[in-house]
Amino acid sequence: MNTRGLRSQLKDSVPVTGLCPQAGPYGVQDSLRRGFSSVKNELLPSHPLELSEKNFQLNQDKMNFNTLRNIQGLHAPLKLQMEYRAARQIQRLPFLPSSNLALDTLRGTDDSIGFQDILNDPVLSEIMGDPHIMTEYKLGVL
Amino acid sequence: MATVSVCQYHRGGFSFENCKRNALLEADINKLGFSSPAARKTGTTICGVVYKDGVVLGADTRATEGMVVADKNCSKIHYISPNVYCCGAGTAADTEMTTQIISSNLELHSLSTGRLPRVATANRMLKQMLFRYQGYIGAALVLGGVDSTGPQLYSIYPHGSTDKLPYVTMGSGSLAAMAVFEDRYRPNMEEEEAKRLVRDAIAAGIFNDLGSGSNIDLCVITKGKVDYLRPHDVANKKGVREDKINGRPETGNYRYKHGTTGVLTKAVTPLNLEVVEESVQTMDTS
Repeated sequence: MNTRGLRSQLKDSVPVTGLCPQAGPYGVQDSLRRGFSSVKNELLPSHPLELSEKNFQLNQDKMNFNTLRNIQGLHAPLKLQMEYRAARQIQRLPFLPSSNLALDTLRGTDDSIGFQDILNDPVLSEIMGDPHIMTEYKLGVL
Repeated sequence: MATVSVCQYHRGGFSFENCKRNALLEADINKLGFSSPAARKTGTTICGVVYKDGVVLGADTRATEGMVVADKNCSKIHYISPNVYCCGAGTAADTEMTTQIISSNLELHSLSTGRLPRVATANRMLKQMLFRYQGYIGAALVLGGVDSTGPQLYSIYPHGSTDKLPYVTMGSGSLAAMAVFEDRYRPNMEEEEAKRLVRDAIAAGIFNDLGSGSNIDLCVITKGKVDYLRPHDVANKKGVREDKINGRPETGNYRYKHGTTGVLTKAVTPLNLEVVEESVQTMDTS
């Protein structure tokens, strides 16, 4: 469904979440979780592709939903988004890898391979997030 | 732990963590006057032509790393699917990984549809991936194959633009090869004529471009049959080291022939040994 032009959909759909300042939940610098901050790190991405790659799946989904809405009407993306929301809830504990099989099947990425499956596979990662902190963050307890 | 963002589970794919550090290192190295190592490229001549029954793809076999030849006989015609092959120019790793990823995706897609994959599908997958990475993946490709809609040939540029043409050339030797094509191409050629045309175009690239060299590989794709001719033609023969006296190849042969050392005297003393005892001990092979 990658047929519509990107321009009309993208101008309001690229969230600048990748470069938010290093503020934690209380609004001050969160050195414990995000490390030391510097102005350059916050303002500029380290690579022109960093932002677009971080948001790639998000933007693809938005574009597909927009196209679907234009073709079939509002009900189609609404129903699909409900299914996505349900599938996204099937997760293991926050620090463990989840297969996301239902979500992949819905998106159609279960029969395609990209760099995210070959390079830097999270299953083979040598570092693990601290289970306590990650669970606390997930539960909002901090 | 302070340097790791521990709040979300990390995803795969490209990691841009070291980009700033690399930029700093690059600037420092350049200030000292050195240059950082260059990626291995396939400064190349690749080309393809559509003839009466199918497609002929051709490529040279030299891979360069800066000003040095890194691989004298590398294979630049990559398999995408049984009826689609792709020649790759540009950064060697990029062309290799891109064609392998697209080949896997096309296989999955064809298993899902139950049909032989089309060349246009491979083209679209390639162009969408290359556009996604905005030209940072340096892969210039010539994609050719025969499917249910006939023989097709596409050229794909690193930024994601594609052209569907009857004859295409890519790489550093593309101008030399294109000169040969523009002179002698005509529509609906026979197979032998098309093979000769592609061979001559690649040879023009090999002899007139520094980045191309060694042998000529051809791939002839027709409906139901693929001829992968590697090498089709050895344009630049590397000399064989020969021993001047005997005429046999002397690659690492350190035997001296008889008579090199002069014999002054010879004395033979037979040792009279008598057999005392002979015993056989069987090995336990169970």
